[in-house]
Amino acid sequence: MLRQASRLLSRSVTAASSKSATTRAFSTELPSTIDSTFVESWKKVAPNMDPPQTPSSFMKPRPSTASSIPTKLTVNFVLPYASELSGKEVDMVIIPATTGQMGVLPGHVPTITELKPGIMSVHEGTDIKKYFVSSGFAFLHANSVADIIAVEAVPLENIDASQVQKGLAEFTQKLASATTDLEKAEAQIGVEVHSAMNAALTG
Amino acid sequence: MASNAAVPFWRAAGMTYITYSNICANLVRNCLKEPFKGEALNREKVHFSISKWADGKPEKPILRSDTPGV
Repeated sequence: MLRQASRLLSRSVTAASSKSATTRAFSTELPSTIDSTFVESWKKVAPNMDPPQTPSSFMKPRPSTASSIPTKLTVNFVLPYASELSGKEVDMVIIPATTGQMGVLPGHVPTITELKPGIMSVHEGTDIKKYFVSSGFAFLHANSVADIIAVEAVPLENIDASQVQKGLAEFTQKLASATTDLEKAEAQIGVEVHSAMNAALTG
Repeated sequence: MASNAAVPFWRAAGMTYITYSNICANLVRNCLKEPFKGEALNREKVHFSISKWADGKPEKPILRSDTPGV
């Protein structure tokens, strides 16, 4: 509806001269993204009341997209209990999206993607920092800002390989012996997460 | 909008995303090396009390806690 706003606004301006009784000038405090046909019909029905505000009139304008691709990607990597990276400028991040490892460079097309358990690596010059992410989402914005949110993310050195092997064996066995759908799903999740940790440690 | 993608296996089994995500996080936490594992489990401890209400009055509260003896 609001995409047509500029077309409707220009149409109402040209029609103003012929329909001067019904079209009124907009007050200066109303923002420009308003549906003028709605405002006109409102004023016909209730001329003494202001037209209602829509949620978009309360929103701050979106940050503008730079006309040339920025050289660095700004990464915000947050966990429920800590802000791991906040506004850090890096060259590239590789995130474990459900569709596979996704490399994000500055100027990446705006994307929202769900993450699967896997390795996320942050590349800054020759520095590479790797985290194992349990699951989460990544929001890549048009202005080369990447917001990555995860419930749990640990550096690879903090994972205990023997526990991973034990867990993998346990859940593979649970998957084989599971009966209900829910048990199967839980066992399947266990197998996926442990195999991803295994692959992260050995790969 | 018609759903075109196949639903993930956990949603087909009746699980919500947040349950899935919390299970994944728990599994990762359980595989951490010692000082980190203790810190992580400490961080995720919960302590709450629930009481059902009947006739406008609360009944006896149920206490759920990960810190015993509190």
